[in-house]
Amino acid sequence: MTSFWAVLSATLVKDIRLEWRSKDALNSMLFFSLLVVVIFVFSFDPLAEESRHIVGGLVWVAFLFAAVVALNQTWARELRNQVLDAYRVSPAPANALFLAKSVGNFLFVSVLEALMTPLFIVFYNLHVLGPAWQLIPIALLGTWALVVNGTFFAAMSLRTRNREIMLPLLLFPISIPAILGMVAGTTAVLTGENSAHFYIVLLLTYDVVFTTASLALFGTILHAE
Amino acid sequence: MSASASGPAGASTITVRNVIKQFGRFAALRGVSAEFDPGRFHAILGDNGAGKTTLLRGLAGLAQPTQGTISIFGKSPRDACRDIGYMAHPSLLYDEMSGMENLRYFAGLYGLKSHARCEEAIRAVGLDPELTRGVGQYSQGMRQRMSLARAILHDPRLLLLDEPFSNVDVHSAREMVGLLRGMRDAGKTVFVVTHQALLLEGAADEFVWMQAGQIVDRTATAERGRAQ
Repeated sequence: MTSFWAVLSATLVKDIRLEWRSKDALNSMLFFSLLVVVIFVFSFDPLAEESRHIVGGLVWVAFLFAAVVALNQTWARELRNQVLDAYRVSPAPANALFLAKSVGNFLFVSVLEALMTPLFIVFYNLHVLGPAWQLIPIALLGTWALVVNGTFFAAMSLRTRNREIMLPLLLFPISIPAILGMVAGTTAVLTGENSAHFYIVLLLTYDVVFTTASLALFGTILHAE
Repeated sequence: MSASASGPAGASTITVRNVIKQFGRFAALRGVSAEFDPGRFHAILGDNGAGKTTLLRGLAGLAQPTQGTISIFGKSPRDACRDIGYMAHPSLLYDEMSGMENLRYFAGLYGLKSHARCEEAIRAVGLDPELTRGVGQYSQGMRQRMSLARAILHDPRLLLLDEPFSNVDVHSAREMVGLLRGMRDAGKTVFVVTHQALLLEGAADEFVWMQAGQIVDRTATAERGRAQ
């Protein structure tokens, strides 16, 4: 068996290189989430106090929809020229491909979040009242929850005719517990009214369960005809 | 109909037994049985829809038979993947990366770390490893050659090539045939799906004729092709 970590790192480097050259995923995510921020600002125009209660939802909805744009791209480049078949006939472990794709998507969505979060802070005049450090585990665990499921379901919908539609149809319902954890956790930290501890544990549990399930099932998805 | 070449069955052969492959209600392969000797050059011929590509994908482990078994040197195609080099009709390469970058990535999937091996494969198909432009900017013929380089990269015992000469000029196609003949002489087993039977005359050891999902004939020359 070819080394798991060698294949993972080679695939990750390849994906970053392809994204750096094409910027397909990053550009579309950035423009999309920028549009969402602007539309929300014009729609709500909230005061600082109100914004603390709603911005958790707005931020994660924006990132969720933007992530779907990127997730649709992640397997599309493997379908061009049927490159995925070259992987399928190789001895490389299927899980290494899945983890590399997930980590790659995690990095791309994290870059988006890093660029967009200051905009949300400025537009919504945000001041964090709770322990701000808790936003870091919420962001990391929440982003991983989105990308690990998204990468898995994007692969699952690869061979369907309307895969751009199929991905959100599969991903959103199953992501509801994670989205609730992200939104409620972020709101708890921003308002300082509740502890976000429960939501961090919820996200961690969700990540462990769905990462394990995805790793267990991905080989079947990859080699399905 | 079944067909069988001479030679002992077993771990050294490629065996297809009663293979049926259905896509929904359409049967692409209808009970194909055949045994292929190793170290030979087999050309698979037939009209469009005859089942050539499906048979090749079955040998590569990309298409699971609905019924029947395929054995590659005594193993299932998935277990024998290190022994198989597969070239499909599409290039199976990333357009945005250079030939060398592509091959380095695919070498990693086989646990090969030597860049020299990638250069060797690229030179073997008559291309320059120093080419820096993306494969997407190559001519169709160059892409085909690079795709062949990817297939031979890990020095497989069995080469499965689907239409390797399509869109390739005659001179380049003859060079590719020469390369494949050399690989056969070195003990590799070569399968080529093609519509250009005459190109392989004198190079291929056997011409396998397919029609409507079955092997209907196996000849030593492309004579049957001329008759049609």
